[in-house]
Amino acid sequence: MVEIRMHGRGGQGAVIASQILAAALFKEGKYVQAFPAFGVERRGAPVTAFLRMDDRKIWLKSEIYEPDHVMVLDAGLIETVDVTAGLKDGGWVIINSEKPPGEFRLSSKYRVATVDASSIAIRHRLGSRTAPIVNTAILGAFARSTGLVGIDAVVEAVKNAVPTNKEANARATREAYDGTRV
Amino acid sequence: MEKVIIGNYAVSYGAQLARVQVIAAYPITPQTQIVEKLAEMCASGELNARFIPVESEHSAMASTIGAAATGARAFTATSSQGLALMHEMIHWAAASRLPIVMANVNRALGPGWSIWADQNDSLSQRDTGWLQFYCESNQEVLDTVLQGYRIAEQVMLPVMINLDGFLLSHTSEPVDIPDQALVDRYLPLARRDLILDPDDPHSFGGLVNPEHYMEMRYKMHQAQLQSKEVAREADAQFKAIFGRSYGSIEGYRLEGAELALVTSGTIASTSRVAVDRLREQGEKVGLLKIRMFRPFPGEEVGELLGGFKKVAVIDRNISFGHGGIFCQELKSALYNLLKRPQVYGYIAGLGGRDVTPQTILDIAELTACRDVPPAEADWIGVKV
Repeated sequence: MVEIRMHGRGGQGAVIASQILAAALFKEGKYVQAFPAFGVERRGAPVTAFLRMDDRKIWLKSEIYEPDHVMVLDAGLIETVDVTAGLKDGGWVIINSEKPPGEFRLSSKYRVATVDASSIAIRHRLGSRTAPIVNTAILGAFARSTGLVGIDAVVEAVKNAVPTNKEANARATREAYDGTRV
Repeated sequence: MEKVIIGNYAVSYGAQLARVQVIAAYPITPQTQIVEKLAEMCASGELNARFIPVESEHSAMASTIGAAATGARAFTATSSQGLALMHEMIHWAAASRLPIVMANVNRALGPGWSIWADQNDSLSQRDTGWLQFYCESNQEVLDTVLQGYRIAEQVMLPVMINLDGFLLSHTSEPVDIPDQALVDRYLPLARRDLILDPDDPHSFGGLVNPEHYMEMRYKMHQAQLQSKEVAREADAQFKAIFGRSYGSIEGYRLEGAELALVTSGTIASTSRVAVDRLREQGEKVGLLKIRMFRPFPGEEVGELLGGFKKVAVIDRNISFGHGGIFCQELKSALYNLLKRPQVYGYIAGLGGRDVTPQTILDIAELTACRDVPPAEADWIGVKV
């Protein structure tokens, strides 16, 4: 079983991203489970979403404390939230940032990938310039860095899940896939 | 068609497939998405039902009762404080012998204000005459909505389907959404004889003298008992058509076990993981999941647990001053057996406190190393 945690802010679409990724993995034959941190969500406040994937049915119905990988939709969260809490050795930390991975001083136990998801989202007019919706872009970076899911399955799941701007979201996902730095 | 959906949508799809005709509901966290989805379906024409927005849960159940009394297939959903506010009408629905199905998202009651999983809301409605089911997966939730109508319309008692707040309601899992044609075969809409009809006026729910009231209650009780067999048949027929069945209880790896864990809802789901780990370590531990709480499947529980020396019941609920509610029910079901196990009661997970495989391993170990059960229950992980 692989467990993934996503850190974002209310409005960035972390919870929806966990559901899109679940749909993509399911399409590829995995059993999946996705859930938000159980609580009250507010725009701008830190939000956490989770995902489990396995080759067989997942019965486990408890929280995730030791994820295999994490995604950070807002690099600013790193200063206030312990985004690597419980992260397993060798796990990917996938950060939405224009900086190269080396600039993040995280433990050498982890692998860091970065993607400028905000610029990509703004270019494709997803959300506003001040509050871009980066969830579909970060999934492209997830597919690229971890290799756990195919980019075509992610793009298809993105198109099925988003209510509007399907093509723009799909292009953002692919562009992030191509622009991921590891 | 298989889709990855949250438990709340599993309820909505179940109601849609059951072709419910009237929905009266009031939104409450963590149930809201059930009602939102159904309202969308009614607005788009995907579901041909009358959606009645109401000003409170009391009115939601009152409207559902009114609709069901006219012969319509009626549905509502609620949670926690909302269910508590319905209480008067909950009794009314059952004593009116109306085949209503309601989903209740198990959530703690305040104060302290809590939106998280806890079974005290539905268990407070234990003695109203409703049938009660507790689910451990989104698939089971959808399937139980369909089974619920089939059972309710045969025994003429309402059915409450319970799913844990957030742990199912907001968790996405793969769910097989059955074909409408198959559901129609399983659950045909039938016209009932005795209905509220302005063209053929009758009076319902009027004054009953002491000479007759007791007989009405006796018949309700008989209908509850009869629903055990009806539920068995509904489950068997469900398996024949859809390939899935659940039983009123389910034993998991009980063969050769020396300790049986007993629990319900998503704690049962997580307990399967804990039991697998214990079995890998050579520990002889199995699980009994209780799915149907009313009527309580006492004989089946007795048959499966009669030979055990020790049973540990994990309750996500508390009857203050006594102990866990499933635990009480279990003790009462086992008491008259010639050979009955010791019953160890544990309280865990109240107000959404996370119950992990480790929580369950701790309970198993605690039970294994003791000889005398606690008088009421032990509280697991409580900080005092």
